[in-house]
Amino acid sequence: MTPRRTVADREDVLGALMLAPSLGYVILLVGVPFAFAILLSFSDATAGSLHFGWAGLRNYAAILGDPIFLRALKNSAIVTVGSQVLVVVLATAAAQVLRATFRGKRLARFVLLLPWAVPVSLAAIAWTWIFDSTFSVINWTLKATGLMHGWLYWLGDPTLALLAIIIVQAWRIFPFATVIVLAGLSSIPQEIVEAAIVDGAGFWRRLIQVELPLLMPVVAVAVLFGVVYTATDLGVVYILTGGGPANTTHVLPTLAFQRGILGADLGQGAAIAVFLLPFLIVVAVAMLRLARHTEVGAR
Amino acid sequence: MKRVALYAAALGFVLFAGFPFYWMLITAFKQNRDLYVGATDLSHIPWIFNDPPTLDHVKLLLGQTEFPRWVLNTLVVVVAVVVITVAVAVPAGYSLARLVGRWGERLGMGIFFTYLIPPTLLFVPFSRLISLLHLQDSLGALILIYPTMTIPFCTWLVMGFLRSVPWEIEEQAMIDGLSRLAVILKVAPRLIVPGILTVIVFTFTLVLQEFVYALTFISSVDKMTVSLGVPIALVRGDVYHWGALMAAALFTSIPLAIVYNAFMDRFIQGFTMGAVKG
Amino acid sequence: MAGIEIRNLRKHFGDLHAVDGVTLSIRDGEFLVLLGSSGSGKTTLLRMIAGLERPTSGEILIGDQRVDGDVPPRARGIAMVFQSYALYPHRTVFQNIAFPLEAARVPRKQIDEKVRWAAELFSITRYLDRYPRQLSGGERQRVALCRALVRDPKVFLLDEPLANLDAKLRNTARDDLKRFQRQIQTTTVYVTHDQVEAMGLGDRIVVMEHGKVRQVGTPQEVYEDPVDTFVATFVGQPPMNLLEARDPSLPPRTVVGFRPEHFLPNSVFGSADDTRTFRFAVRRVEYLGSDRYVYGSVVEPGAPPSDVTVIAKLPATIALSIPEGETHEFAVPRRALRYFDADTGLKRAP
Repeated sequence: MTPRRTVADREDVLGALMLAPSLGYVILLVGVPFAFAILLSFSDATAGSLHFGWAGLRNYAAILGDPIFLRALKNSAIVTVGSQVLVVVLATAAAQVLRATFRGKRLARFVLLLPWAVPVSLAAIAWTWIFDSTFSVINWTLKATGLMHGWLYWLGDPTLALLAIIIVQAWRIFPFATVIVLAGLSSIPQEIVEAAIVDGAGFWRRLIQVELPLLMPVVAVAVLFGVVYTATDLGVVYILTGGGPANTTHVLPTLAFQRGILGADLGQGAAIAVFLLPFLIVVAVAMLRLARHTEVGAR
Repeated sequence: MKRVALYAAALGFVLFAGFPFYWMLITAFKQNRDLYVGATDLSHIPWIFNDPPTLDHVKLLLGQTEFPRWVLNTLVVVVAVVVITVAVAVPAGYSLARLVGRWGERLGMGIFFTYLIPPTLLFVPFSRLISLLHLQDSLGALILIYPTMTIPFCTWLVMGFLRSVPWEIEEQAMIDGLSRLAVILKVAPRLIVPGILTVIVFTFTLVLQEFVYALTFISSVDKMTVSLGVPIALVRGDVYHWGALMAAALFTSIPLAIVYNAFMDRFIQGFTMGAVKG
Repeated sequence: MAGIEIRNLRKHFGDLHAVDGVTLSIRDGEFLVLLGSSGSGKTTLLRMIAGLERPTSGEILIGDQRVDGDVPPRARGIAMVFQSYALYPHRTVFQNIAFPLEAARVPRKQIDEKVRWAAELFSITRYLDRYPRQLSGGERQRVALCRALVRDPKVFLLDEPLANLDAKLRNTARDDLKRFQRQIQTTTVYVTHDQVEAMGLGDRIVVMEHGKVRQVGTPQEVYEDPVDTFVATFVGQPPMNLLEARDPSLPPRTVVGFRPEHFLPNSVFGSADDTRTFRFAVRRVEYLGSDRYVYGSVVEPGAPPSDVTVIAKLPATIALSIPEGETHEFAVPRRALRYFDADTGLKRAP
C-alpha cells in the first residue's frame, strides 16, 4: 500500500504555516504601525489621551513654517551627505590597506571594527567626553602640537557641533563600509586583476578603470546602508548635543522625538518623522535596482 | 617606499578608529585628579597615566550605581528576544527558501525592506500601542518591539543562507521515505545551524546596541538597559561621573567587539544579500 | 619574438614544492605544451614566466632578458590568455581589446586601427560593440586572444584556454589556434591537462608531474618512446598496457608495456611478423564506432590469474568477432614492446 499524501507532505501548507508568524509579526507590528504613523501625522492626537481627531494638513503646515523644523531638515541632509562622503573615501582607502598583508593585520582589523561594534549610545557618550568644552583631549592635542591657538567649543557652537556629529557618524560607519568594500574587492575574480596586470595597467589605472567599476554595486550597498543608519539615527545627536545649542543641531529623528514623545504631540511628531520617508524610499528603490543588477551579473 | 606608506596609512586608520577606546580605557582607570585637569594646561599630558591607575571608578560602577541591574535587564531582554526571533524567523526563512517558490523571493525581499523602516518613525505609533497595552516603562515593551527589528533581517539572513546550502540532502531524505514535515523537523535543523547561530549573534548585538526604543519606552532607572542607562542615568545631579561612565562603555564594548569580529563575514553576506561572498 | 630559457626553477609554497627544479629551453617561435594533471606544477610554471608568481630560486630569461627578479609582467613582453578569459565585464569587446594599448599610452588613432586589425583576424569585428556577457564561450575566447595579440608580445602564454568550451567546439578551436600560431610565429607556451590537446597542438610537449619535468619531446617521441611508466600511461587514450614481465630472458623486476592499438588478434599478423603472443581472456567488448575496445586480462601458464586489466584497441577495419568470456590468442609486434624497471618506472633497454 503506497503511503498517502498527508498534510505532512503538503509543501504549500507547511510553507504557509512556517511563514505565518513572521508575516503576522511584520504586518501587525510593522506594517500597521507604519500606516498608523502616516495617519497620525494627519491627526491632533496627543500621548496623554486616546483621543484621535482629524487635523488635516495642519501639522504639516505648522512644521513647514517652523524654522526649527526647516533647520532640522537641512541638518539631516548635511549630516547624511557629509558623513557618507567621508565614509566612502575612508572605506575605500581602508579596504586597500586591509587587502595587503602586513604584520599586525589581525589586530588592525579588530581595532578598525570597534567603532561599528560598540553600541551607538556608548560611543556617543565617549565622544561627548572627548569633545567636552573644558577637558577635550582633542583640543589639548591640537594645542600641544601647535595646530590650534584659540579654543574650540565643540558642542557649544552650532557649526562645530554639526561638524562633530558628522565626524562621529563617519567614525562609526566607516568600519562597516570598509568590510563591505573589502568583501567586494575579494569577489572581483583574481584572473581579471591579473589580466589587467599583464595588460600593463599600473596600480592607479587598475584601481580606477577595473576595480572601482566592478565594485560599484558593493559600494552602493554600503552607501545605502550608511545613509539609512545616519539619516534615521537618534542616539548620536541626542547624546552629543540634545539638538542644541538652542535647537540648532536637531535632525529629523531628534526633533520628532522632542515634539512627539517628550512634547506628547503625536501628530506633529509623526509628521516630522514622515519627512524621513523620501530618504528611505529612494534607498529602497536603489537597492532593488542593485539587487536585480547583481543577480543578472556583469560577468 | 610603498611599504612605508602602507604602514603609515594602517596606523592612521587604527588611530582614528581606536583612539576613543584608548581614551575610554584611560579614563576608566585614571584617578580623578589626573582626569579633571583643564585641557588648557599643556604641561599635563592627558594621554598617559600621570598618577597610578585606580579601580575606584569600577568599584563605583559596580557597587554604587544601577549598572549591574542594567546588565541583568539587558540579558533578560536579550534571551527573550533571541528565543522569539529564532522561533519565528528561522521557520520563515526556511519556508521562503524551500517551500514557497518564486514569489518567495519577492516576499522575502519585502520582509527585508521592513528592516529599513526606522525606529524613529515607528516610535510614535508604538508609544500609543505600548500605553494601550499597559506596557509602558517595562521590559515587556522592549521584548515586544525589538523583534520588529530582528525578525525581518533574520528571516532574510536564513533565507539567503539556505540558498547556499544544497538541498540534495533533504531531497535524499524524502526519497528515503520521510515526509516533508519529518524532513523539516529532523534533517533540516542540522543544516541550518550556522544560520541559526548568525541569527542569535545578530539579535544579541542588536539588542545590546538599541537605544531609541529603550529611550522612548523606559523611564525608571531600575528598568533600563545598559545601552540606555549608561549615557542617560550615570549622572549624579549635574555631574557626569566620566570615570565610571567610560568603564561601563568599555565593559560593554569588548564582548561585542569580540563577537563582531568572529561573525563579520556572515553579517556582510546578509547585508549584501549574498551578492558578495564574505 | 624570443625564446625562453628556464634554469633550475623552483617554487615552494611552504613544504609544497610546486615546481621542483625545472630546466627547459623553449625555442623562438615554437608551440610548447606543458602537459600534466592538476598539481603537476604546469600552471605555476606558466605564472612564473608571466611574472604573476615569484620563483623561490632559479632563473628565467625571455629573449636575453633576465626576468626572474622584480621584472613586472608588463615589462616582460608577454601576453596571457586565462582559463576564464578574464574579460573586463564592464567594458565592450572593443574596449577590452584596447585596454592594453591604452595602458601603454598608444595614441587613439593607432589603438583604433590595431583593435580593428586584430578583430578582423579573429572574425569578431561584428561583436566590437557588445559586452562579454552577450557572447558565447568561443567568442569570448577569441576576444581574449585578440587582447593578447594587440600587445605584439614576444611570448604568448595560454592557461587551458579550451577547457571551458564544449567538446564539439574544442576541435575547431584547436585547429584555429594552431593555424593562427603558425601564421604569427610567436613563441607560445600552452598549459593543458588534456593529452589529446597536447598532442594535437604542441611542436613539443613537456610532460610534468609533481613539479618535475618527466619528458620533453615531440608528440611522436613522447608517445612512442615514453621515458617512464608515468608518461607511458598519461599520454595515450586508452593508456599503455603495463604487465609484469614473466619472461625468464628478461632481468627480474621488469615491466613490459604495449599500446592498445598494437595488441591485436594473432590471426591479423602474418607468419613472418616478429611478435610476442599472449593468451587474452576477454571480459567485455565496447563498440565505439571507429574502434572496438576489448577489456580483459592476460593469462600466463603457470601463473595465478591476473587482475590487471589489459585493453586492446581494434580498428573497425578488423572485423573479426571477439566473443566475450572466451580466451583468445592475441599478439604484439616485438618492436612495439617497451620495457620499464618495476621499481623506478624508468625505461629500460630491451
